[in-house]
Amino acid sequence: MKQSVWKTFFNGLLKENPTLVLFLGMCPTLAVTTGVTNAIGMGLSTTAVLICSNIVISLLRNFIPNKIRIAAYIVVIAGFVTVVEMLMNAYLPALAGSLGIYIPLIVVNCIILGRAEAFASKNTVLSSAFDGAGMGLGFTGALVLISSVREILGAGSFAGIPLFGPTFQPVTIMILPPGAFLTLGVLLAIINIISNKRKQAKEDVQHDS
Amino acid sequence: MIRDLLIISIGAILINNFVLVQFLGICPFLGVSKKVETAAGMGMAVIFVMLCASALTWVVQKYLLEPFHIEYLQTIAFILVIAVLVQLVEMFLQKSVPSLYNSLGVYLPLITTNCAVLGVAIQNITKFGFSEMSFLKSLTYGTSAAIGFTLAIVLFAGVRERLEGADIPSFLKGMPIVLITAALLSIAFLGFSGLSFQ
Repeated sequence: MKQSVWKTFFNGLLKENPTLVLFLGMCPTLAVTTGVTNAIGMGLSTTAVLICSNIVISLLRNFIPNKIRIAAYIVVIAGFVTVVEMLMNAYLPALAGSLGIYIPLIVVNCIILGRAEAFASKNTVLSSAFDGAGMGLGFTGALVLISSVREILGAGSFAGIPLFGPTFQPVTIMILPPGAFLTLGVLLAIINIISNKRKQAKEDVQHDS
Repeated sequence: MIRDLLIISIGAILINNFVLVQFLGICPFLGVSKKVETAAGMGMAVIFVMLCASALTWVVQKYLLEPFHIEYLQTIAFILVIAVLVQLVEMFLQKSVPSLYNSLGVYLPLITTNCAVLGVAIQNITKFGFSEMSFLKSLTYGTSAAIGFTLAIVLFAGVRERLEGADIPSFLKGMPIVLITAALLSIAFLGFSGLSFQ
Protein backbone atom coordinates (compact mmCIF):
# COMPACT_ATOMS: atom_id res chain seq x y z
CA MET A 1 0.00 0.00 0.00
CA LYS A 2 2.62 2.44 1.13
CA GLN A 3 4.83 1.60 -1.82
CA SER A 4 2.10 2.23 -4.36
CA VAL A 5 1.38 5.67 -2.87
CA TRP A 6 4.99 6.73 -3.33
CA LYS A 7 4.95 5.26 -6.79
CA THR A 8 1.99 7.53 -7.65
CA PHE A 9 3.92 10.48 -6.22
CA PHE A 10 7.08 9.90 -8.27
CA ASN A 11 5.04 9.09 -11.35
CA GLY A 12 3.84 12.70 -11.49
CA LEU A 13 7.25 14.07 -10.63
CA LEU A 14 9.21 12.48 -13.47
CA LYS A 15 7.73 9.78 -15.67
CA GLU A 16 4.47 11.57 -16.40
CA ASN A 17 5.66 15.09 -15.71
CA PRO A 18 2.63 17.21 -16.65
CA THR A 19 4.60 19.95 -18.39
CA LEU A 20 7.56 18.28 -20.04
CA VAL A 21 5.99 14.93 -20.97
CA LEU A 22 2.22 15.46 -21.19
CA PHE A 23 2.30 19.12 -22.38
CA LEU A 24 -0.51 20.18 -20.04
CA GLY A 25 -0.88 23.64 -18.55
CA MET A 26 1.19 25.38 -21.18
CA CYS A 27 -0.20 28.90 -20.62
CA PRO A 28 1.19 29.47 -17.10
CA THR A 29 4.33 27.55 -18.04
CA LEU A 30 5.17 30.06 -20.72
CA ALA A 31 3.72 33.18 -19.14
CA VAL A 32 5.09 33.30 -15.60
CA THR A 33 8.58 31.89 -16.17
CA THR A 34 10.26 35.28 -16.55
CA GLY A 35 11.76 34.90 -13.07
CA VAL A 36 12.41 32.09 -10.61
CA THR A 37 10.39 33.76 -7.83
CA ASN A 38 7.30 33.97 -10.03
CA ALA A 39 7.73 30.36 -11.12
CA ILE A 40 7.93 29.07 -7.54
CA GLY A 41 4.91 31.15 -6.53
CA MET A 42 2.84 29.88 -9.45
CA GLY A 43 4.02 26.28 -9.02
CA LEU A 44 3.25 26.12 -5.31
CA SER A 45 -0.16 27.77 -5.61
CA THR A 46 -1.10 25.34 -8.38
CA THR A 47 0.16 22.45 -6.22
CA ALA A 48 -1.97 23.63 -3.29
CA VAL A 49 -5.09 23.85 -5.48
CA LEU A 50 -4.31 20.49 -7.05
CA ILE A 51 -3.92 18.64 -3.73
CA CYS A 52 -7.06 20.21 -2.21
CA SER A 53 -9.25 19.65 -5.26
CA ASN A 54 -7.99 16.08 -5.67
CA ILE A 55 -8.87 15.31 -2.03
CA VAL A 56 -12.35 16.86 -2.23
CA ILE A 57 -13.20 15.29 -5.59
CA SER A 58 -11.97 11.92 -4.40
CA LEU A 59 -14.17 12.22 -1.27
CA LEU A 60 -17.18 13.14 -3.41
CA ARG A 61 -16.50 10.64 -6.17
CA ASN A 62 -19.45 8.43 -5.22
CA PHE A 63 -21.90 11.34 -4.90
CA ILE A 64 -21.29 13.39 -8.03
CA PRO A 65 -23.65 12.31 -10.84
CA ASN A 66 -21.75 11.27 -13.91
CA LYS A 67 -23.53 13.67 -16.26
CA ILE A 68 -22.61 16.89 -14.49
CA ARG A 69 -19.23 15.80 -13.19
CA ILE A 70 -17.16 18.29 -15.21
CA ALA A 71 -19.23 21.24 -13.98
CA ALA A 72 -18.97 19.95 -10.41
CA TYR A 73 -15.18 19.60 -10.70
CA ILE A 74 -14.85 23.11 -12.09
CA VAL A 75 -16.84 24.58 -9.18
CA VAL A 76 -14.65 22.76 -6.64
CA ILE A 77 -11.48 23.91 -8.39
CA ALA A 78 -12.70 27.50 -8.77
CA GLY A 79 -13.51 27.59 -5.06
CA PHE A 80 -9.98 26.62 -4.08
CA VAL A 81 -8.47 29.02 -6.60
CA THR A 82 -10.48 31.85 -5.04
CA VAL A 83 -9.16 30.87 -1.60
CA VAL A 84 -5.56 30.86 -2.87
CA GLU A 85 -6.11 34.20 -4.61
CA MET A 86 -7.45 35.85 -1.46
CA LEU A 87 -4.66 34.42 0.72
CA MET A 88 -2.05 35.61 -1.75
CA ASN A 89 -3.53 39.11 -1.96
CA ALA A 90 -3.47 39.29 1.83
CA TYR A 91 -0.03 37.89 2.61
CA LEU A 92 2.06 38.13 -0.58
CA PRO A 93 0.78 41.25 -2.37
CA ALA A 94 3.99 41.72 -4.39
CA LEU A 95 3.84 38.20 -5.81
CA ALA A 96 0.11 38.54 -6.43
CA GLY A 97 0.84 41.73 -8.38
CA SER A 98 3.44 40.15 -10.63
CA LEU A 99 1.41 36.98 -11.31
CA GLY A 100 -1.68 39.12 -11.94
CA ILE A 101 -4.34 37.57 -14.13
CA TYR A 102 -2.63 34.18 -14.14
CA ILE A 103 -3.80 33.41 -10.57
CA PRO A 104 -7.54 33.28 -11.41
CA LEU A 105 -6.56 31.45 -14.59
CA ILE A 106 -5.34 28.48 -12.49
CA VAL A 107 -9.01 27.41 -12.80
CA VAL A 108 -8.56 26.60 -16.48
CA ASN A 109 -5.16 24.95 -16.03
CA CYS A 110 -5.76 21.62 -17.76
CA ILE A 111 -3.50 19.74 -15.32
CA ILE A 112 -5.99 20.20 -12.47
CA LEU A 113 -9.13 19.24 -14.38
CA GLY A 114 -7.19 16.46 -16.06
CA ARG A 115 -6.10 14.90 -12.75
CA ALA A 116 -9.61 15.27 -11.32
CA GLU A 117 -11.07 13.38 -14.25
CA ALA A 118 -8.31 10.83 -14.79
CA PHE A 119 -7.23 10.07 -11.22
CA ALA A 120 -9.15 11.58 -8.29
CA SER A 121 -12.55 10.44 -9.56
CA LYS A 122 -11.40 6.81 -9.52
CA ASN A 123 -8.99 6.48 -6.59
CA THR A 124 -8.86 6.67 -2.80
CA VAL A 125 -8.35 9.93 -0.92
CA LEU A 126 -4.79 9.15 0.15
CA SER A 127 -3.48 8.20 -3.26
CA SER A 128 -5.31 11.16 -4.86
CA ALA A 129 -3.58 13.52 -2.43
CA PHE A 130 -0.20 12.00 -3.29
CA ASP A 131 -0.99 12.17 -6.99
CA GLY A 132 -1.84 15.87 -6.61
CA ALA A 133 1.39 16.52 -4.73
CA GLY A 134 3.50 14.64 -7.28
CA MET A 135 1.90 16.32 -10.28
CA GLY A 136 2.04 19.73 -8.62
CA LEU A 137 5.70 19.42 -7.69
CA GLY A 138 6.52 18.06 -11.14
CA PHE A 139 4.85 21.17 -12.59
CA THR A 140 6.75 23.40 -10.12
CA GLY A 141 10.04 21.71 -11.00
CA ALA A 142 9.50 22.24 -14.71
CA LEU A 143 8.59 25.90 -14.13
CA VAL A 144 11.71 26.46 -12.01
CA LEU A 145 13.89 24.79 -14.65
CA ILE A 146 12.51 26.95 -17.48
CA SER A 147 12.56 30.15 -15.45
CA SER A 148 16.15 29.66 -14.27
CA VAL A 149 17.34 29.37 -17.86
CA ARG A 150 15.32 32.44 -18.85
CA GLU A 151 16.26 34.57 -15.86
CA ILE A 152 19.98 33.71 -15.90
CA LEU A 153 20.33 34.42 -19.63
CA GLY A 154 17.79 37.21 -19.90
CA ALA A 155 18.45 39.22 -16.76
CA GLY A 156 21.75 37.83 -15.45
CA SER A 157 20.24 37.00 -12.08
CA PHE A 158 18.75 34.09 -10.13
CA ALA A 159 15.64 34.75 -8.03
CA GLY A 160 16.48 38.46 -8.16
CA ILE A 161 20.12 38.07 -7.04
CA PRO A 162 22.57 39.37 -9.68
CA LEU A 163 25.08 36.72 -10.74
CA PHE A 164 27.58 38.20 -13.14
CA GLY A 165 28.29 41.76 -12.04
CA PRO A 166 27.63 45.01 -13.90
CA THR A 167 29.54 44.18 -17.11
CA PHE A 168 27.11 41.39 -18.10
CA GLN A 169 25.09 42.10 -21.22
CA PRO A 170 21.73 40.34 -20.75
CA VAL A 171 20.09 38.53 -23.68
CA THR A 172 16.87 40.48 -23.28
CA ILE A 173 14.94 38.34 -25.77
CA MET A 174 14.97 35.48 -23.25
CA ILE A 175 12.68 37.27 -20.80
CA LEU A 176 10.48 38.59 -23.61
CA PRO A 177 7.68 36.33 -24.92
CA PRO A 178 9.72 34.60 -27.70
CA GLY A 179 12.26 33.44 -25.11
CA ALA A 180 9.58 31.33 -23.43
CA PHE A 181 8.80 29.36 -26.59
CA LEU A 182 12.50 29.05 -27.44
CA THR A 183 13.58 27.81 -23.98
CA LEU A 184 10.83 25.21 -23.78
CA GLY A 185 11.51 24.06 -27.35
CA VAL A 186 15.24 23.61 -26.72
CA LEU A 187 14.61 21.87 -23.36
CA LEU A 188 12.24 19.39 -25.02
CA ALA A 189 14.81 18.77 -27.77
CA ILE A 190 17.46 17.98 -25.11
CA ILE A 191 15.06 15.62 -23.35
CA ASN A 192 14.42 13.93 -26.72
CA ILE A 193 18.16 13.43 -27.30
CA ILE A 194 18.62 11.90 -23.83
CA SER A 195 15.64 9.56 -24.10
CA ASN A 196 16.68 8.48 -27.63
CA LYS A 197 20.18 7.64 -26.36
CA ARG A 198 18.72 5.66 -23.47
CA LYS A 199 16.46 3.71 -25.80
CA GLN A 200 19.44 3.01 -28.04
CA ALA A 201 21.50 1.78 -25.08
CA LYS A 202 18.68 -0.50 -23.93
CA GLU A 203 18.35 -2.01 -27.42
CA ASP A 204 22.11 -2.58 -27.61
CA VAL A 205 22.06 -4.44 -24.29
CA GLN A 206 19.23 -6.64 -25.55
CA HIS A 207 21.14 -7.42 -28.73
CA ASP A 208 24.27 -8.38 -26.80
CA SER A 209 22.58 -10.74 -24.40
CA MET B 1 -14.76 57.69 -29.17
CA ILE B 2 -14.25 55.68 -32.35
CA ARG B 3 -10.57 56.50 -32.03
CA ASP B 4 -10.55 54.93 -28.55
CA LEU B 5 -12.18 51.78 -29.80
CA LEU B 6 -9.79 51.58 -32.74
CA ILE B 7 -6.78 51.90 -30.42
CA ILE B 8 -8.14 49.14 -28.18
CA SER B 9 -8.76 46.97 -31.20
CA ILE B 10 -5.32 47.35 -32.80
CA GLY B 11 -3.69 46.97 -29.39
CA ALA B 12 -5.42 43.66 -28.77
CA ILE B 13 -4.87 42.24 -32.26
CA LEU B 14 -1.25 43.20 -32.91
CA ILE B 15 0.59 44.78 -29.98
CA ASN B 16 -0.63 42.62 -27.11
CA ASN B 17 -1.56 39.60 -29.19
CA PHE B 18 -3.34 37.16 -26.88
CA VAL B 19 -1.43 34.08 -27.91
CA LEU B 20 2.04 35.26 -28.81
CA VAL B 21 2.54 38.04 -26.29
CA GLN B 22 0.19 37.29 -23.36
CA PHE B 23 0.27 33.49 -23.59
CA LEU B 24 -3.47 33.02 -23.27
CA GLY B 25 -5.00 30.16 -25.24
CA ILE B 26 -1.76 28.29 -25.84
CA CYS B 27 -3.38 24.83 -25.62
CA PRO B 28 -5.60 25.20 -28.71
CA PHE B 29 -2.82 27.19 -30.38
CA LEU B 30 -0.48 24.20 -30.18
CA GLY B 31 -3.19 21.55 -30.36
CA VAL B 32 -5.40 22.50 -33.33
CA SER B 33 -2.90 24.19 -35.63
CA LYS B 34 -1.91 21.28 -37.85
CA LYS B 35 -4.10 22.41 -40.77
CA VAL B 36 -5.13 25.89 -41.89
CA GLU B 37 -8.78 24.88 -42.26
CA THR B 38 -9.19 23.50 -38.75
CA ALA B 39 -7.25 26.46 -37.36
CA ALA B 40 -9.63 28.86 -39.11
CA GLY B 41 -12.63 26.89 -37.77
CA MET B 42 -11.30 27.11 -34.23
CA GLY B 43 -10.66 30.82 -34.71
CA MET B 44 -14.25 31.46 -35.84
CA ALA B 45 -15.64 29.55 -32.86
CA VAL B 46 -13.42 31.55 -30.49
CA ILE B 47 -14.46 34.90 -32.00
CA PHE B 48 -18.14 34.00 -31.55
CA VAL B 49 -17.78 32.75 -27.97
CA MET B 50 -15.51 35.59 -26.85
CA LEU B 51 -17.94 38.22 -28.15
CA CYS B 52 -20.84 36.59 -26.26
CA ALA B 53 -18.71 35.99 -23.16
CA SER B 54 -17.54 39.62 -23.03
CA ALA B 55 -21.13 40.86 -23.12
CA LEU B 56 -22.48 38.31 -20.65
CA THR B 57 -19.74 38.54 -18.02
CA TRP B 58 -19.99 42.33 -18.07
CA VAL B 59 -23.70 42.07 -17.30
CA VAL B 60 -23.08 39.48 -14.56
CA GLN B 61 -20.42 41.64 -12.94
CA LYS B 62 -22.46 44.86 -13.15
CA TYR B 63 -25.90 43.61 -12.13
CA LEU B 64 -25.11 40.59 -9.96
CA LEU B 65 -21.69 40.73 -8.36
CA GLU B 66 -21.40 44.50 -7.79
CA PRO B 67 -24.81 45.19 -6.18
CA PHE B 68 -24.44 42.29 -3.73
CA HIS B 69 -20.74 42.99 -3.04
CA ILE B 70 -19.68 39.48 -3.88
CA GLU B 71 -16.88 40.41 -6.29
CA TYR B 72 -14.69 37.74 -4.71
CA LEU B 73 -16.87 35.12 -6.39
CA GLN B 74 -15.83 36.53 -9.79
CA THR B 75 -13.73 33.54 -10.85
CA ILE B 76 -16.43 30.99 -9.99
CA ALA B 77 -19.23 33.05 -11.53
CA PHE B 78 -17.33 33.73 -14.76
CA ILE B 79 -16.20 30.16 -15.36
CA LEU B 80 -19.77 28.93 -14.85
CA VAL B 81 -21.13 31.61 -17.19
CA ILE B 82 -18.61 30.60 -19.84
CA ALA B 83 -19.33 26.87 -19.46
CA VAL B 84 -23.09 27.45 -19.72
CA LEU B 85 -22.63 29.86 -22.62
CA VAL B 86 -20.56 27.37 -24.62
CA GLN B 87 -23.18 24.69 -24.00
CA LEU B 88 -26.01 27.02 -25.07
CA VAL B 89 -24.17 28.21 -28.16
CA GLU B 90 -23.60 24.60 -29.12
CA MET B 91 -27.27 23.69 -28.70
CA PHE B 92 -28.46 26.83 -30.49
CA LEU B 93 -26.18 26.30 -33.46
CA GLN B 94 -27.10 22.64 -33.71
CA LYS B 95 -30.80 23.50 -34.00
CA SER B 96 -30.79 26.67 -36.06
CA VAL B 97 -27.56 26.95 -38.05
CA PRO B 98 -26.56 23.33 -38.65
CA SER B 99 -24.08 24.22 -41.40
CA LEU B 100 -22.08 26.42 -39.03
CA TYR B 101 -22.44 23.81 -36.28
CA ASN B 102 -21.01 21.11 -38.51
CA SER B 103 -18.02 23.19 -39.44
CA LEU B 104 -17.27 24.27 -35.84
CA GLY B 105 -18.47 20.99 -34.31
CA VAL B 106 -15.65 19.52 -32.29
CA TYR B 107 -14.05 22.83 -31.36
CA LEU B 108 -16.96 24.27 -29.45
CA PRO B 109 -16.71 22.17 -26.25
CA LEU B 110 -12.93 22.67 -26.20
CA ILE B 111 -13.42 26.41 -25.79
CA THR B 112 -14.60 26.12 -22.16
CA THR B 113 -11.06 25.31 -21.09
CA ASN B 114 -9.53 27.92 -23.38
CA CYS B 115 -7.96 30.28 -20.89
CA ALA B 116 -8.25 33.15 -23.36
CA VAL B 117 -12.01 33.36 -22.77
CA LEU B 118 -11.79 33.61 -18.98
CA GLY B 119 -8.76 35.86 -19.43
CA VAL B 120 -10.62 38.33 -21.62
CA ALA B 121 -13.58 38.41 -19.23
CA ILE B 122 -11.40 39.25 -16.24
CA GLN B 123 -9.29 41.76 -18.18
CA ASN B 124 -12.42 43.57 -19.39
CA ILE B 125 -13.43 44.25 -15.79
CA THR B 126 -9.98 45.27 -14.54
CA LYS B 127 -9.16 47.37 -17.61
CA PHE B 128 -12.33 49.29 -18.34
CA GLY B 129 -14.30 49.23 -15.07
CA PHE B 130 -17.84 50.59 -15.41
CA SER B 131 -17.50 53.95 -17.07
CA GLU B 132 -20.24 54.80 -19.57
CA MET B 133 -18.32 53.42 -22.52
CA SER B 134 -17.10 50.28 -20.81
CA PHE B 135 -19.66 47.91 -22.32
CA LEU B 136 -18.71 48.89 -25.88
CA LYS B 137 -15.04 48.82 -24.98
CA SER B 138 -15.40 45.34 -23.50
CA LEU B 139 -17.12 44.07 -26.63
CA THR B 140 -14.41 45.61 -28.83
CA TYR B 141 -11.62 44.20 -26.68
CA GLY B 142 -13.16 40.71 -26.60
CA THR B 143 -13.72 40.57 -30.35
CA SER B 144 -10.31 42.01 -31.18
CA ALA B 145 -8.55 39.61 -28.82
CA ALA B 146 -10.30 36.73 -30.57
CA ILE B 147 -9.37 38.11 -33.99
CA GLY B 148 -5.77 38.31 -32.78
CA PHE B 149 -6.01 34.68 -31.68
CA THR B 150 -7.39 33.67 -35.09
CA LEU B 151 -4.69 35.61 -36.92
CA ALA B 152 -1.94 33.94 -34.89
CA ILE B 153 -3.32 30.41 -35.15
CA VAL B 154 -3.96 30.63 -38.92
CA LEU B 155 -0.48 32.03 -39.62
CA PHE B 156 1.01 29.34 -37.41
CA ALA B 157 -0.94 26.57 -39.12
CA GLY B 158 0.35 27.83 -42.47
CA VAL B 159 3.93 27.48 -41.25
CA ARG B 160 3.25 24.05 -39.76
CA GLU B 161 1.82 22.78 -43.04
CA ARG B 162 5.11 23.68 -44.70
CA LEU B 163 7.04 21.92 -41.92
CA GLU B 164 5.28 18.63 -42.71
CA GLY B 165 7.48 18.00 -45.73
CA ALA B 166 10.68 19.44 -44.26
CA ASP B 167 13.63 17.27 -43.32
CA ILE B 168 13.93 17.86 -39.57
CA PRO B 169 16.57 16.26 -37.28
CA SER B 170 14.90 13.46 -35.32
CA PHE B 171 15.36 15.05 -31.89
CA LEU B 172 13.53 18.19 -33.01
CA LYS B 173 10.52 16.31 -34.39
CA GLY B 174 7.16 16.94 -32.78
CA MET B 175 6.87 19.50 -30.01
CA PRO B 176 10.37 21.09 -30.05
CA ILE B 177 10.21 22.32 -33.65
CA VAL B 178 6.64 23.52 -33.12
CA LEU B 179 7.72 25.62 -30.13
CA ILE B 180 10.75 27.02 -31.92
CA THR B 181 8.51 28.00 -34.85
CA ALA B 182 6.18 29.72 -32.38
CA ALA B 183 9.19 31.59 -30.98
CA LEU B 184 10.03 32.95 -34.45
CA LEU B 185 6.41 33.99 -35.02
CA SER B 186 6.42 35.66 -31.62
CA ILE B 187 9.56 37.61 -32.54
CA ALA B 188 7.73 38.88 -35.61
CA PHE B 189 4.83 40.08 -33.46
CA LEU B 190 7.28 41.73 -31.07
CA GLY B 191 7.96 44.17 -33.90
CA PHE B 192 4.49 45.68 -33.40
CA SER B 193 5.36 46.76 -29.87
CA GLY B 194 7.02 49.79 -31.44
CA LEU B 195 3.61 51.08 -32.56
CA SER B 196 2.32 53.97 -30.49
CA PHE B 197 -0.61 56.36 -30.75
CA GLN B 198 0.40 59.83 -29.74
